Amino acid sequence: MSMAAETRYPDRWRKPPLIKSSLLRWCLWLGAAIYLALALGTMDINWQRVAEGLPRGQKFVTAFFPPDFISRWDSIVEGILESIWMTVISTVAGIALSVPVGLGAARNLAPMPVYLSCRGIIALSRTFPEVILAIFAVKLFGFGPFAGFLALSIATIGFFAKLLAEDIEDCDPGQAEAVKATGANWFQWINYAIQPQVMPRMIGLSVYRLDINFRESAVVGIVGGGGIGATLLTAFDRYEFDSAAAILVTIIVIVMVLEYCSGYLRKWVQ
Amino acid sequence: MVTINTDDGPIWRRRTTAQQWMHWLCWLIGVAIVVYCWKLISDRTIWFFVTDAGTQAADLATRMVPPKWSYMEKLWIPVWDTINIATLGTLLALVAAFPIAFLAARNTTPNKAVRAIALLVIVSSRSINSLIWALMLVAIIGPGVFAGVLAIGFRSIGFCAKLLYEAIEEIDPNQVEAIEATGATGGQKLIYGVIPQILPTFAGISVFRWDINIRESTVLGLVGAGGIGLQLDASISTLAWTQVSLILLVILATVIVSEWVSAKVRHAII
Repeated sequence: MSMAAETRYPDRWRKPPLIKSSLLRWCLWLGAAIYLALALGTMDINWQRVAEGLPRGQKFVTAFFPPDFISRWDSIVEGILESIWMTVISTVAGIALSVPVGLGAARNLAPMPVYLSCRGIIALSRTFPEVILAIFAVKLFGFGPFAGFLALSIATIGFFAKLLAEDIEDCDPGQAEAVKATGANWFQWINYAIQPQVMPRMIGLSVYRLDINFRESAVVGIVGGGGIGATLLTAFDRYEFDSAAAILVTIIVIVMVLEYCSGYLRKWVQ
Repeated sequence: MVTINTDDGPIWRRRTTAQQWMHWLCWLIGVAIVVYCWKLISDRTIWFFVTDAGTQAADLATRMVPPKWSYMEKLWIPVWDTINIATLGTLLALVAAFPIAFLAARNTTPNKAVRAIALLVIVSSRSINSLIWALMLVAIIGPGVFAGVLAIGFRSIGFCAKLLYEAIEEIDPNQVEAIEATGATGGQKLIYGVIPQILPTFAGISVFRWDINIRESTVLGLVGAGGIGLQLDASISTLAWTQVSLILLVILATVIVSEWVSAKVRHAII
Protein backbone atom coordinates (compact mmCIF):
# COMPACT_ATOMS: atom_id res chain seq x y z
CA MET A 1 0.00 0.00 0.00
CA SER A 2 2.81 2.39 0.81
CA MET A 3 4.31 1.86 -2.66
CA ALA A 4 1.12 3.07 -4.35
CA ALA A 5 1.09 6.22 -2.24
CA GLU A 6 4.60 7.13 -3.36
CA THR A 7 4.07 6.83 -7.13
CA ARG A 8 1.02 8.98 -7.62
CA TYR A 9 0.41 10.25 -11.08
CA PRO A 10 -1.53 13.44 -11.80
CA ASP A 11 -5.09 12.44 -12.53
CA ARG A 12 -6.08 15.73 -14.08
CA TRP A 13 -4.71 17.26 -17.27
CA ARG A 14 -4.33 21.00 -17.58
CA LYS A 15 -4.04 22.96 -20.78
CA PRO A 16 -0.52 24.40 -21.10
CA PRO A 17 -0.60 28.20 -20.93
CA LEU A 18 -0.23 30.21 -24.14
CA ILE A 19 2.68 32.27 -22.80
CA LYS A 20 5.30 30.11 -21.09
CA SER A 21 6.89 32.63 -18.74
CA SER A 22 4.45 33.26 -15.91
CA LEU A 23 6.07 36.62 -15.08
CA LEU A 24 5.47 37.92 -18.61
CA ARG A 25 1.93 36.51 -18.49
CA TRP A 26 1.09 38.35 -15.29
CA CYS A 27 2.74 41.55 -16.54
CA LEU A 28 0.61 41.44 -19.68
CA TRP A 29 -2.56 40.88 -17.66
CA LEU A 30 -1.61 43.69 -15.28
CA GLY A 31 -0.81 46.05 -18.16
CA ALA A 32 -4.11 45.26 -19.82
CA ALA A 33 -5.98 45.86 -16.56
CA ILE A 34 -4.26 49.20 -15.96
CA TYR A 35 -4.96 50.30 -19.52
CA LEU A 36 -8.62 49.31 -19.27
CA ALA A 37 -9.01 51.16 -15.97
CA LEU A 38 -7.39 54.30 -17.42
CA ALA A 39 -9.36 54.12 -20.67
CA LEU A 40 -12.70 53.54 -19.01
CA GLY A 41 -11.88 56.15 -16.37
CA THR A 42 -11.28 58.90 -18.93
CA MET A 43 -14.21 57.94 -21.11
CA ASP A 44 -16.70 60.11 -19.24
CA ILE A 45 -20.03 58.55 -20.19
CA ASN A 46 -23.04 60.74 -19.58
CA TRP A 47 -25.46 58.00 -18.46
CA GLN A 48 -28.27 60.49 -18.06
CA ARG A 49 -27.98 61.46 -21.73
CA VAL A 50 -27.77 57.79 -22.69
CA ALA A 51 -30.96 57.09 -20.74
CA GLU A 52 -32.66 60.05 -22.40
CA GLY A 53 -31.68 58.76 -25.79
CA LEU A 54 -32.96 55.24 -25.31
CA PRO A 55 -36.59 56.04 -26.20
CA ARG A 56 -35.27 57.72 -29.33
CA GLY A 57 -33.26 54.61 -30.06
CA GLN A 58 -36.39 52.56 -29.63
CA LYS A 59 -38.16 54.86 -32.08
CA PHE A 60 -35.30 54.31 -34.47
CA VAL A 61 -35.46 50.55 -34.15
CA THR A 62 -39.25 50.52 -34.57
CA ALA A 63 -38.79 52.71 -37.67
CA PHE A 64 -37.17 49.69 -39.30
CA PHE A 65 -40.55 47.93 -39.17
CA PRO A 66 -41.59 49.03 -41.73
CA PRO A 67 -38.99 51.40 -43.22
CA ASP A 68 -40.52 54.29 -45.13
CA PHE A 69 -39.49 53.98 -48.76
CA ILE A 70 -42.35 56.09 -50.09
CA SER A 71 -42.04 59.67 -48.89
CA ARG A 72 -38.42 60.19 -49.94
CA TRP A 73 -38.41 57.66 -52.75
CA ASP A 74 -37.17 60.09 -55.41
CA SER A 75 -34.17 61.31 -53.47
CA ILE A 76 -33.31 57.77 -52.37
CA VAL A 77 -33.27 56.55 -55.98
CA GLU A 78 -31.27 59.53 -57.11
CA GLY A 79 -28.75 59.14 -54.29
CA ILE A 80 -28.32 55.42 -54.86
CA LEU A 81 -27.84 55.87 -58.60
CA GLU A 82 -25.30 58.60 -58.04
CA SER A 83 -23.47 56.34 -55.60
CA ILE A 84 -23.43 53.54 -58.14
CA TRP A 85 -22.00 55.75 -60.92
CA MET A 86 -19.42 57.08 -58.52
CA THR A 87 -18.51 53.54 -57.47
CA VAL A 88 -18.06 52.29 -61.03
CA ILE A 89 -16.05 55.27 -62.23
CA SER A 90 -13.83 55.48 -59.18
CA THR A 91 -13.10 51.76 -59.19
CA VAL A 92 -12.14 51.80 -62.86
CA ALA A 93 -10.09 54.99 -62.60
CA GLY A 94 -8.49 53.87 -59.35
CA ILE A 95 -7.47 50.51 -60.79
CA ALA A 96 -6.21 52.11 -64.01
CA LEU A 97 -4.05 54.45 -61.94
CA SER A 98 -2.88 51.75 -59.57
CA VAL A 99 -1.53 49.46 -62.30
CA PRO A 100 1.50 51.68 -63.05
CA VAL A 101 1.94 52.42 -59.35
CA GLY A 102 1.70 48.73 -58.52
CA LEU A 103 4.22 47.78 -61.21
CA GLY A 104 6.55 50.45 -59.87
CA ALA A 105 6.14 49.27 -56.31
CA ALA A 106 7.14 45.67 -57.05
CA ARG A 107 10.74 45.16 -56.01
CA ASN A 108 11.45 42.58 -58.72
CA LEU A 109 10.42 44.92 -61.57
CA ALA A 110 11.34 48.45 -60.58
CA PRO A 111 14.68 50.09 -59.82
CA MET A 112 15.13 51.48 -56.32
CA PRO A 113 14.11 55.16 -56.83
CA VAL A 114 10.91 54.20 -58.66
CA TYR A 115 10.18 51.57 -56.03
CA LEU A 116 10.55 54.03 -53.17
CA SER A 117 8.43 56.75 -54.76
CA CYS A 118 5.65 54.32 -55.65
CA ARG A 119 5.69 52.85 -52.14
CA GLY A 120 5.47 56.43 -50.86
CA ILE A 121 2.36 57.10 -52.95
CA ILE A 122 0.77 53.91 -51.63
CA ALA A 123 1.59 54.69 -48.01
CA LEU A 124 0.19 58.21 -48.29
CA SER A 125 -3.08 57.20 -49.90
CA ARG A 126 -3.54 54.34 -47.44
CA THR A 127 -3.05 56.48 -44.35
CA PHE A 128 -5.97 58.82 -44.66
CA PRO A 129 -9.49 57.46 -44.49
CA GLU A 130 -11.77 58.10 -47.49
CA VAL A 131 -13.64 60.76 -45.54
CA ILE A 132 -10.60 62.97 -45.00
CA LEU A 133 -9.65 62.61 -48.67
CA ALA A 134 -13.23 63.56 -49.51
CA ILE A 135 -13.12 66.66 -47.29
CA PHE A 136 -10.13 67.95 -49.23
CA ALA A 137 -11.55 66.92 -52.60
CA VAL A 138 -14.73 68.84 -51.76
CA LYS A 139 -12.69 71.82 -50.67
CA LEU A 140 -10.66 71.87 -53.89
CA PHE A 141 -13.13 70.65 -56.51
CA GLY A 142 -16.45 71.81 -55.15
CA PHE A 143 -19.46 69.85 -53.91
CA GLY A 144 -20.87 66.96 -55.85
CA PRO A 145 -20.03 63.48 -57.09
CA PHE A 146 -16.78 64.57 -58.75
CA ALA A 147 -15.16 65.15 -55.35
CA GLY A 148 -16.42 61.79 -54.12
CA PHE A 149 -15.09 60.13 -57.25
CA LEU A 150 -11.64 61.61 -56.68
CA ALA A 151 -11.54 60.62 -53.03
CA LEU A 152 -12.58 57.04 -53.77
CA SER A 153 -10.12 56.73 -56.66
CA ILE A 154 -7.22 57.85 -54.49
CA ALA A 155 -8.24 55.44 -51.75
CA THR A 156 -8.47 52.66 -54.36
CA ILE A 157 -4.87 53.30 -55.43
CA GLY A 158 -3.59 52.68 -51.93
CA PHE A 159 -5.48 49.43 -51.62
CA PHE A 160 -5.10 47.99 -55.09
CA ALA A 161 -1.54 49.02 -55.92
CA LYS A 162 -0.28 47.56 -52.64
CA LEU A 163 -1.88 44.17 -53.22
CA LEU A 164 -0.87 44.17 -56.89
CA ALA A 165 2.74 44.91 -55.98
CA GLU A 166 2.77 42.15 -53.36
CA ASP A 167 1.28 39.72 -55.84
CA ILE A 168 3.87 40.61 -58.50
CA GLU A 169 6.64 40.11 -55.98
CA ASP A 170 5.30 36.60 -55.32
CA CYS A 171 5.34 35.72 -59.02
CA ASP A 172 7.17 32.67 -60.28
CA PRO A 173 10.48 34.06 -61.64
CA GLY A 174 10.90 31.04 -63.91
CA GLN A 175 8.03 32.06 -66.17
CA ALA A 176 9.25 35.64 -66.29
CA GLU A 177 12.70 34.47 -67.30
CA ALA A 178 11.31 32.10 -69.93
CA VAL A 179 9.38 34.89 -71.64
CA LYS A 180 12.39 37.17 -71.44
CA ALA A 181 14.51 34.48 -73.09
CA THR A 182 12.29 34.63 -76.20
CA GLY A 183 13.48 38.20 -76.75
CA ALA A 184 10.30 39.87 -75.58
CA ASN A 185 10.44 43.61 -74.94
CA TRP A 186 9.36 45.08 -71.60
CA PHE A 187 5.66 45.41 -72.43
CA GLN A 188 5.48 41.91 -73.90
CA TRP A 189 7.28 40.65 -70.84
CA ILE A 190 4.70 42.23 -68.52
CA ASN A 191 1.82 41.15 -70.75
CA TYR A 192 2.79 37.50 -71.20
CA ALA A 193 4.83 36.66 -68.11
CA ILE A 194 3.50 38.76 -65.23
CA GLN A 195 -0.09 39.54 -66.16
CA PRO A 196 -1.38 35.95 -66.52
CA GLN A 197 0.05 35.11 -63.09
CA VAL A 198 -1.59 37.96 -61.22
CA MET A 199 -4.81 38.30 -63.24
CA PRO A 200 -7.15 35.85 -61.42
CA ARG A 201 -6.45 37.37 -58.03
CA MET A 202 -6.67 40.91 -59.42
CA ILE A 203 -10.12 40.32 -60.89
CA GLY A 204 -11.31 39.06 -57.53
CA LEU A 205 -9.79 42.03 -55.80
CA SER A 206 -11.32 44.54 -58.22
CA VAL A 207 -14.78 43.18 -57.53
CA TYR A 208 -14.02 43.31 -53.83
CA ARG A 209 -12.87 46.92 -54.18
CA LEU A 210 -16.07 47.74 -56.10
CA ASP A 211 -17.94 46.45 -53.07
CA ILE A 212 -15.82 48.57 -50.69
CA ASN A 213 -16.17 51.67 -52.86
CA PHE A 214 -19.94 51.35 -52.83
CA ARG A 215 -19.93 51.19 -49.05
CA GLU A 216 -17.56 54.13 -48.80
CA SER A 217 -19.57 56.13 -51.31
CA ALA A 218 -22.31 56.22 -48.68
CA VAL A 219 -19.85 57.99 -46.40
CA VAL A 220 -18.22 60.56 -48.66
CA GLY A 221 -21.66 62.06 -49.14
CA ILE A 222 -21.71 63.04 -45.46
CA VAL A 223 -18.94 65.59 -46.09
CA GLY A 224 -20.40 66.78 -49.40
CA GLY A 225 -19.04 64.26 -51.88
CA GLY A 226 -22.36 63.34 -53.46
CA GLY A 227 -24.16 60.01 -53.49
CA ILE A 228 -26.48 58.36 -50.99
CA GLY A 229 -24.57 59.72 -47.97
CA ALA A 230 -25.98 63.21 -48.46
CA THR A 231 -29.52 61.83 -48.53
CA LEU A 232 -28.81 59.78 -45.43
CA LEU A 233 -27.39 62.76 -43.54
CA THR A 234 -30.43 64.85 -44.42
CA ALA A 235 -32.73 62.09 -43.18
CA PHE A 236 -30.84 61.95 -39.86
CA ASP A 237 -30.78 65.72 -39.48
CA ARG A 238 -34.55 65.84 -39.90
CA TYR A 239 -34.98 62.92 -37.45
CA GLU A 240 -36.78 61.08 -40.26
CA PHE A 241 -35.63 57.73 -38.92
CA ASP A 242 -38.02 55.73 -41.07
CA SER A 243 -36.52 57.20 -44.26
CA ALA A 244 -33.02 56.69 -42.85
CA ALA A 245 -33.94 53.07 -42.15
CA ALA A 246 -35.13 52.70 -45.74
CA ILE A 247 -31.80 54.03 -47.02
CA LEU A 248 -29.85 51.71 -44.74
CA VAL A 249 -31.89 48.70 -45.83
CA THR A 250 -31.25 49.65 -49.47
CA ILE A 251 -27.50 49.89 -48.83
CA ILE A 252 -27.46 46.54 -47.04
CA VAL A 253 -29.38 44.83 -49.84
CA ILE A 254 -27.10 46.24 -52.55
CA VAL A 255 -23.99 45.23 -50.62
CA MET A 256 -25.40 41.72 -50.15
CA VAL A 257 -26.10 41.41 -53.87
CA LEU A 258 -22.64 42.72 -54.73
CA GLU A 259 -21.04 40.34 -52.28
CA TYR A 260 -22.94 37.39 -53.69
CA CYS A 261 -21.98 38.35 -57.26
CA SER A 262 -18.34 38.87 -56.34
CA GLY A 263 -18.17 35.50 -54.62
CA TYR A 264 -19.67 33.87 -57.71
CA LEU A 265 -17.34 35.75 -60.07
CA ARG A 266 -14.27 34.88 -58.01
CA LYS A 267 -15.16 31.20 -58.10
CA TRP A 268 -15.67 31.43 -61.86
CA VAL A 269 -12.33 33.14 -62.43
CA GLN A 270 -10.28 30.68 -60.40
CA MET B 1 -3.55 28.95 -76.88
CA VAL B 2 -3.89 28.06 -80.54
CA THR B 3 -1.87 28.13 -83.69
CA ILE B 4 -3.30 29.57 -86.87
CA ASN B 5 -2.08 28.13 -90.17
CA THR B 6 -1.17 30.70 -92.78
CA ASP B 7 0.74 30.45 -96.05
CA ASP B 8 3.94 31.31 -94.20
CA GLY B 9 3.40 28.53 -91.68
CA PRO B 10 1.66 28.36 -88.28
CA ILE B 11 1.50 31.48 -86.12
CA TRP B 12 1.03 31.30 -82.38
CA ARG B 13 -2.01 33.11 -80.96
CA ARG B 14 -3.17 33.46 -77.39
CA ARG B 15 -6.88 33.07 -78.18
CA THR B 16 -9.02 31.60 -80.94
CA THR B 17 -10.78 34.08 -83.20
CA ALA B 18 -14.10 33.57 -81.42
CA GLN B 19 -12.48 34.06 -78.02
CA GLN B 20 -10.79 37.19 -79.28
CA TRP B 21 -14.12 38.62 -80.43
CA MET B 22 -15.75 37.78 -77.08
CA HIS B 23 -12.84 39.46 -75.38
CA TRP B 24 -13.33 42.64 -77.40
CA LEU B 25 -17.09 42.55 -76.84
CA CYS B 26 -16.60 42.40 -73.04
CA TRP B 27 -14.21 45.32 -73.25
CA LEU B 28 -16.70 47.27 -75.36
CA ILE B 29 -19.51 46.73 -72.84
CA GLY B 30 -17.22 47.67 -69.97
CA VAL B 31 -16.01 50.85 -71.65
CA ALA B 32 -19.58 51.81 -72.61
CA ILE B 33 -20.71 51.48 -68.97
CA VAL B 34 -17.78 53.57 -67.75
CA VAL B 35 -18.32 56.29 -70.34
CA TYR B 36 -22.02 56.43 -69.54
CA CYS B 37 -21.36 56.72 -65.79
CA TRP B 38 -18.76 59.36 -66.45
CA LYS B 39 -21.20 61.41 -68.49
CA LEU B 40 -23.76 61.29 -65.69
CA ILE B 41 -21.16 62.37 -63.14
CA SER B 42 -19.81 65.16 -65.30
CA ASP B 43 -23.35 66.48 -65.85
CA ARG B 44 -23.58 67.05 -62.14
CA THR B 45 -20.20 68.64 -61.74
CA ILE B 46 -19.68 72.37 -61.74
CA TRP B 47 -16.64 72.40 -63.99
CA PHE B 48 -15.72 75.95 -63.06
CA PHE B 49 -14.83 74.76 -59.56
CA VAL B 50 -12.80 71.89 -60.97
CA THR B 51 -10.73 74.07 -63.32
CA ASP B 52 -10.22 76.39 -60.40
CA ALA B 53 -8.75 73.60 -58.27
CA GLY B 54 -5.12 74.38 -59.04
CA THR B 55 -5.28 77.89 -57.64
CA GLN B 56 -7.34 76.64 -54.73
CA ALA B 57 -4.75 73.99 -53.94
CA ALA B 58 -1.90 76.48 -54.11
CA ASP B 59 -3.82 78.85 -51.85
CA LEU B 60 -4.60 76.09 -49.39
CA ALA B 61 -0.97 74.96 -49.35
CA THR B 62 0.24 78.43 -48.39
CA ARG B 63 -2.38 78.59 -45.63
CA MET B 64 -1.49 75.17 -44.22
CA VAL B 65 2.24 75.68 -43.69
CA PRO B 66 3.79 75.92 -41.25
CA PRO B 67 1.70 73.68 -38.95
CA LYS B 68 0.78 75.37 -35.70
CA TRP B 69 2.94 73.27 -33.39
CA SER B 70 1.71 74.99 -30.22
CA TYR B 71 -1.74 73.48 -30.85
CA MET B 72 -0.25 70.08 -30.05
CA GLU B 73 -0.83 70.44 -26.31
CA LYS B 74 -4.58 70.44 -26.96
CA LEU B 75 -4.32 67.32 -29.09
CA TRP B 76 -2.89 64.80 -26.61
CA ILE B 77 -6.27 64.05 -25.02
CA PRO B 78 -8.09 63.64 -28.36
CA VAL B 79 -5.33 61.27 -29.52
CA TRP B 80 -5.72 59.25 -26.31
CA ASP B 81 -9.50 59.20 -26.88
CA THR B 82 -9.02 58.07 -30.47
CA ILE B 83 -6.83 55.16 -29.40
CA ASN B 84 -9.33 54.24 -26.69
CA ILE B 85 -12.21 54.29 -29.15
CA ALA B 86 -10.34 51.93 -31.43
CA THR B 87 -9.16 49.59 -28.67
CA LEU B 88 -12.35 49.39 -26.63
CA GLY B 89 -14.42 49.18 -29.82
CA THR B 90 -12.30 46.27 -31.02
CA LEU B 91 -12.64 44.53 -27.65
CA LEU B 92 -16.41 44.97 -27.72
CA ALA B 93 -16.56 43.63 -31.26
CA LEU B 94 -14.43 40.59 -30.41
CA VAL B 95 -16.57 39.71 -27.40
CA ALA B 96 -19.71 39.92 -29.53
CA ALA B 97 -18.23 38.35 -32.66
CA PHE B 98 -16.99 35.20 -30.90
CA PRO B 99 -20.41 33.63 -30.21
CA ILE B 100 -21.87 34.96 -33.47
CA ALA B 101 -19.09 33.28 -35.43
CA PHE B 102 -19.89 29.93 -33.80
CA LEU B 103 -23.57 30.36 -34.62
CA ALA B 104 -22.73 31.24 -38.23
CA ALA B 105 -20.22 28.48 -38.98
CA ARG B 106 -21.74 25.53 -40.78
CA ASN B 107 -20.10 22.93 -38.53
CA THR B 108 -20.91 24.47 -35.15
CA THR B 109 -24.28 26.13 -35.70
CA PRO B 110 -27.24 24.62 -33.83
CA ASN B 111 -29.62 24.88 -36.81
CA LYS B 112 -30.23 26.58 -40.14
CA ALA B 113 -32.52 29.32 -38.87
CA VAL B 114 -29.97 30.47 -36.29
CA ARG B 115 -27.28 30.42 -38.96
CA ALA B 116 -29.38 32.63 -41.26
CA ILE B 117 -29.94 35.16 -38.46
CA ALA B 118 -26.25 35.20 -37.57
CA LEU B 119 -25.32 35.74 -41.21
CA LEU B 120 -27.83 38.59 -41.45
CA VAL B 121 -26.30 40.24 -38.38
CA ILE B 122 -22.85 39.90 -39.93
CA VAL B 123 -23.89 41.37 -43.27
CA SER B 124 -25.80 44.28 -41.73
CA SER B 125 -22.94 45.16 -39.45
CA ARG B 126 -20.44 44.97 -42.30
CA SER B 127 -22.44 46.93 -44.87
CA ILE B 128 -22.87 49.98 -42.69
CA ASN B 129 -19.76 52.09 -42.36
CA SER B 130 -18.60 53.04 -38.87
CA LEU B 131 -19.26 56.69 -39.66
CA ILE B 132 -22.91 55.89 -40.36
CA TRP B 133 -23.11 53.80 -37.20
CA ALA B 134 -21.69 56.82 -35.38
CA LEU B 135 -24.26 59.09 -37.02
CA MET B 136 -27.05 56.85 -35.71
CA LEU B 137 -25.56 56.39 -32.27
CA VAL B 138 -24.90 60.10 -31.80
CA ALA B 139 -28.55 60.73 -32.60
CA ILE B 140 -29.58 58.08 -30.07
CA ILE B 141 -27.18 58.26 -27.12
CA GLY B 142 -25.64 61.67 -27.64
CA PRO B 143 -22.23 62.84 -28.78
CA GLY B 144 -19.05 61.64 -27.11
CA VAL B 145 -16.49 58.89 -26.91
CA PHE B 146 -19.04 56.26 -25.87
CA ALA B 147 -20.93 56.62 -29.18
CA GLY B 148 -17.61 56.23 -30.98
CA VAL B 149 -16.74 53.03 -29.09
CA LEU B 150 -20.13 51.54 -29.89
CA ALA B 151 -19.91 52.62 -33.55
CA ILE B 152 -16.50 51.01 -34.00
CA GLY B 153 -17.72 47.95 -32.11
CA PHE B 154 -20.87 47.48 -34.20
CA ARG B 155 -18.99 47.95 -37.45
CA SER B 156 -16.27 45.48 -36.46
CA ILE B 157 -18.59 42.70 -35.28
CA GLY B 158 -19.42 41.72 -38.84
CA PHE B 159 -15.84 41.88 -40.02
CA CYS B 160 -14.42 39.80 -37.16
CA ALA B 161 -17.29 37.32 -37.12
CA LYS B 162 -17.04 36.75 -40.88
CA LEU B 163 -13.31 36.00 -40.82
CA LEU B 164 -13.71 33.92 -37.68
CA TYR B 165 -16.56 31.75 -38.95
CA GLU B 166 -14.63 31.10 -42.14
CA ALA B 167 -11.74 29.93 -39.96
CA ILE B 168 -14.08 27.72 -37.93
CA GLU B 169 -15.42 26.10 -41.09
CA GLU B 170 -11.88 25.25 -42.16
CA ILE B 171 -10.78 23.46 -38.98
CA ASP B 172 -9.50 19.92 -38.99
CA PRO B 173 -12.48 17.70 -37.98
CA ASN B 174 -10.20 14.86 -36.87
CA GLN B 175 -9.12 16.77 -33.78
CA VAL B 176 -12.72 17.39 -32.76
CA GLU B 177 -13.49 13.73 -33.34
CA ALA B 178 -10.53 12.72 -31.18
CA ILE B 179 -11.81 14.90 -28.34
CA GLU B 180 -15.29 13.45 -28.83
CA ALA B 181 -13.86 9.95 -28.55
CA THR B 182 -12.68 10.72 -25.00
CA GLY B 183 -16.31 11.24 -24.03
CA ALA B 184 -16.26 15.04 -24.02
CA THR B 185 -19.49 17.00 -23.84
CA GLY B 186 -20.46 19.61 -26.46
CA GLY B 187 -18.89 22.48 -24.54
CA GLN B 188 -15.68 20.55 -23.93
CA LYS B 189 -15.50 19.70 -27.62
CA LEU B 190 -15.62 23.42 -28.42
CA ILE B 191 -13.05 24.38 -25.78
CA TYR B 192 -10.52 21.60 -26.47
CA GLY B 193 -11.26 20.68 -30.08
CA VAL B 194 -12.28 23.84 -31.92
CA ILE B 195 -10.96 26.87 -30.06
CA PRO B 196 -7.26 25.86 -29.98
CA GLN B 197 -7.40 25.54 -33.76
CA ILE B 198 -8.84 28.99 -34.38
CA LEU B 199 -6.98 30.88 -31.65
CA PRO B 200 -4.07 32.03 -33.86
CA THR B 201 -6.51 33.25 -36.52
CA PHE B 202 -8.53 34.99 -33.84
CA ALA B 203 -5.48 36.83 -32.53
CA GLY B 204 -4.48 37.79 -36.06
CA ILE B 205 -7.97 39.11 -36.82
CA SER B 206 -8.08 41.20 -33.65
CA VAL B 207 -4.79 42.93 -34.36
CA PHE B 208 -5.70 43.45 -38.00
CA ARG B 209 -9.06 44.98 -37.11
CA TRP B 210 -7.51 47.13 -34.38
CA ASP B 211 -5.18 48.61 -36.97
CA ILE B 212 -8.13 49.42 -39.27
CA ASN B 213 -10.11 50.80 -36.36
CA ILE B 214 -7.39 53.29 -35.42
CA ARG B 215 -7.73 54.68 -38.93
CA GLU B 216 -11.52 54.77 -38.78
CA SER B 217 -11.72 56.26 -35.31
CA THR B 218 -9.76 59.32 -36.45
CA VAL B 219 -12.75 60.50 -38.46
CA LEU B 220 -15.64 59.57 -36.17
CA GLY B 221 -15.42 63.02 -34.60
CA LEU B 222 -16.75 64.54 -37.82
CA VAL B 223 -20.23 63.45 -36.79
CA GLY B 224 -19.63 64.14 -33.10
CA ALA B 225 -18.50 60.75 -31.82
CA GLY B 226 -15.29 61.85 -30.07
CA GLY B 227 -11.62 61.53 -30.85
CA ILE B 228 -9.34 63.68 -32.93
CA GLY B 229 -11.98 64.05 -35.65
CA LEU B 230 -13.77 66.57 -33.43
CA GLN B 231 -10.72 68.85 -33.51
CA LEU B 232 -10.37 68.29 -37.23
CA ASP B 233 -13.96 69.24 -37.85
CA ALA B 234 -13.71 72.31 -35.62
CA SER B 235 -10.46 73.45 -37.26
CA ILE B 236 -11.87 73.03 -40.78
CA SER B 237 -15.06 74.84 -39.86
CA THR B 238 -13.11 77.80 -38.46
CA LEU B 239 -10.71 77.71 -41.45
CA ALA B 240 -7.78 77.25 -39.07
CA TRP B 241 -5.71 75.50 -41.72
CA THR B 242 -2.45 75.53 -39.76
CA GLN B 243 -4.23 73.46 -37.11
CA VAL B 244 -5.65 71.18 -39.78
CA SER B 245 -2.20 70.40 -41.14
CA LEU B 246 -0.94 69.61 -37.64
CA ILE B 247 -3.92 67.30 -37.04
CA LEU B 248 -3.26 65.53 -40.33
CA LEU B 249 0.37 65.02 -39.31
CA VAL B 250 -0.76 63.63 -35.96
CA ILE B 251 -3.16 61.23 -37.70
CA LEU B 252 -0.36 60.16 -40.03
CA ALA B 253 1.93 59.48 -37.07
CA THR B 254 -0.77 57.58 -35.16
CA VAL B 255 -1.56 55.40 -38.14
CA ILE B 256 2.09 54.64 -38.81
CA VAL B 257 2.70 53.72 -35.17
CA SER B 258 -0.39 51.52 -35.06
CA GLU B 259 0.68 49.79 -38.26
CA TRP B 260 4.12 49.16 -36.80
CA VAL B 261 2.65 47.81 -33.56
CA SER B 262 0.24 45.50 -35.36
CA ALA B 263 2.97 44.21 -37.66
CA LYS B 264 5.17 43.46 -34.60
CA VAL B 265 2.35 41.73 -32.72
CA ARG B 266 1.30 39.69 -35.75
CA HIS B 267 4.90 38.67 -36.27
CA ALA B 268 5.12 37.57 -32.64
CA ILE B 269 1.91 35.52 -32.84
CA ILE B 270 2.38 33.77 -36.14
